[in-house]
Amino acid sequence: MAVTLPLPRLLPSGDSAVTVEFSRTIDDDANQRVLALDKALAASPIDGITECVPTYRSLLVHYDPGKIGFDALGEKLLVLASQPLPPATKTRRWRIPVAYGGEHGIDLEDVAKALNTTPDDIVARHVAGDYKVAMIGFTPGWSYLSGLDKSLHMSRRQNPRLLTPAGTISIGGIQAGIQCLAAPSGWHLLGRTPVRTYQLHRNPTFLTEPGDRVTFFAIDHKTFEEQDRAAEAGEIIAEQVVA
Amino acid sequence: MSRLVIASIGPASSVQDGGRHGAQRYGLTVSGAMDRLSLAAANTLVGNEPFAAVVEVGPFGAAFTARDGAVRVAISGAPRNADVAGSAVAMDASVTLKDGETLTLGFARGGAFTYLAIEGGIKGEPVFGSLAVNARAGLGSPYPRPLQAGDEFTVDAASGAAELRIELPKPSSGPIRVLLGPQDDEFDEANKALFLSSEWKISATSDRMGYRLEGPAIKHLHGHNIVSDGTVNGSIQVPGNGAPIALMMDRGTSGGYPKIATVITADIGRLAQTSAGTAFRFSAVSMAVAQDEAKKFAQLIRNLPDRLRSAETVALNIEALSDANVAGYAVSAVDAGTWQVAAEP
Repeated sequence: MAVTLPLPRLLPSGDSAVTVEFSRTIDDDANQRVLALDKALAASPIDGITECVPTYRSLLVHYDPGKIGFDALGEKLLVLASQPLPPATKTRRWRIPVAYGGEHGIDLEDVAKALNTTPDDIVARHVAGDYKVAMIGFTPGWSYLSGLDKSLHMSRRQNPRLLTPAGTISIGGIQAGIQCLAAPSGWHLLGRTPVRTYQLHRNPTFLTEPGDRVTFFAIDHKTFEEQDRAAEAGEIIAEQVVA
Repeated sequence: MSRLVIASIGPASSVQDGGRHGAQRYGLTVSGAMDRLSLAAANTLVGNEPFAAVVEVGPFGAAFTARDGAVRVAISGAPRNADVAGSAVAMDASVTLKDGETLTLGFARGGAFTYLAIEGGIKGEPVFGSLAVNARAGLGSPYPRPLQAGDEFTVDAASGAAELRIELPKPSSGPIRVLLGPQDDEFDEANKALFLSSEWKISATSDRMGYRLEGPAIKHLHGHNIVSDGTVNGSIQVPGNGAPIALMMDRGTSGGYPKIATVITADIGRLAQTSAGTAFRFSAVSMAVAQDEAKKFAQLIRNLPDRLRSAETVALNIEALSDANVAGYAVSAVDAGTWQVAAEP
């Protein structure tokens, strides 16, 4: 018997975009359905759709109302969204080096104190995680990861920092993140990676895609400096595993 | 090739075009002109594609000098005094600067952004198909930052084409129209009504990323933290302090505040051109009306070439002439051959 999936909500985002909302909360099943719908639309495009933006819980579909109206598009999206999820296909996995603590991860010690443990233990738990790129947003390449160990869940800083360094590896709430460009942030900074998830004149410009898997491994600060120079020159640095 | 050199320019001025589409899924901001109709009108006047790159001039003045040959330009958008060598230049019209001549633009008189299109367009290296400046991400070409005095563009030598003006529809002075949602259910009826019935002003701290709205505090039903989701141009989000922010062209691609409503496509440029401190209201329309208006707006832009007129007929606005009661003796206001009659009372 076919399993019927609950239909997402279609929320108008103005006259030229619709939010296809699968859940109101961060929910891995919902994120899987978001990414499945995004893939389905890439594989068989609907005329009039101009751009899709996957997020944790919804797919924002930009369209040209001169080509397709809200109701007609909504019907097509609901049909696609109610299809059973396709069997899991090969996913890309990125192994990302991180220089933890010290000047590169100024919150590591405080996080350890707050969680009643040692910085090494925090690093061990962060490195042990199996993460998924749930969405990319805010600034180019900023990859929001699901899969953070429950023991590392902690609320964001009371006072967000106005500027945090490029390559920051951080945690906030129940999420982990890879930040590419220097940006404001209220998350806890554990380390830095030399990997650029976005680099303008490199091929590919964007390294991570929603749905990719990510694991981290620790490098020392000297290796960071070397890899950072190589990355600046256009090397990808991150190791790609297809599994 | 000629050059157009910026002799002076105020802050919040940058190269903009139709925007950088297709990479919002990677967090890449769209950017692009705040007022697309004026962008398209300026470009149409000099024969460019409607969404070609132009200089978006912020509320303050600017001056541009032609070097190494003549340069043909056009201005549209927020009205301001403009002159070349002491003679006034009309808005919504083209003008050719001879080598060494300077086009001087005054402060915006109402509105904020004026668009200076250059015949042949601005030359640069597009990223994701766009030259638009996104200063935060260091993108944009030829200058990935706001423009400053001394910057210059290499441009086509003026074609020598006859000067044109463009007759644009009179902008509406009615409320800024919105569609409720996507998160209007995060607000109760009283707060939605408060949003729609109140008078709002745009805060002076607004920029291309967002227009902060001053008015009553809008309260959420379940707090202000929602899980981040996608944003669009014109999303009106309500952060914890209850002061709504209309997201504009340099918005982040995702955001975590509830969005009570979204400005309709046809009215985003009008909101962009609302000066800080000017009172205005919102009104809610249906999806059918919003999409109909979006189609009309796209058609208006497509058909802008039909609205071009010879600049020499600028005095032949019949209504204006009869309003001013100066055309009374003319046999025909549209036939210049009959004007002599009127000139000999």
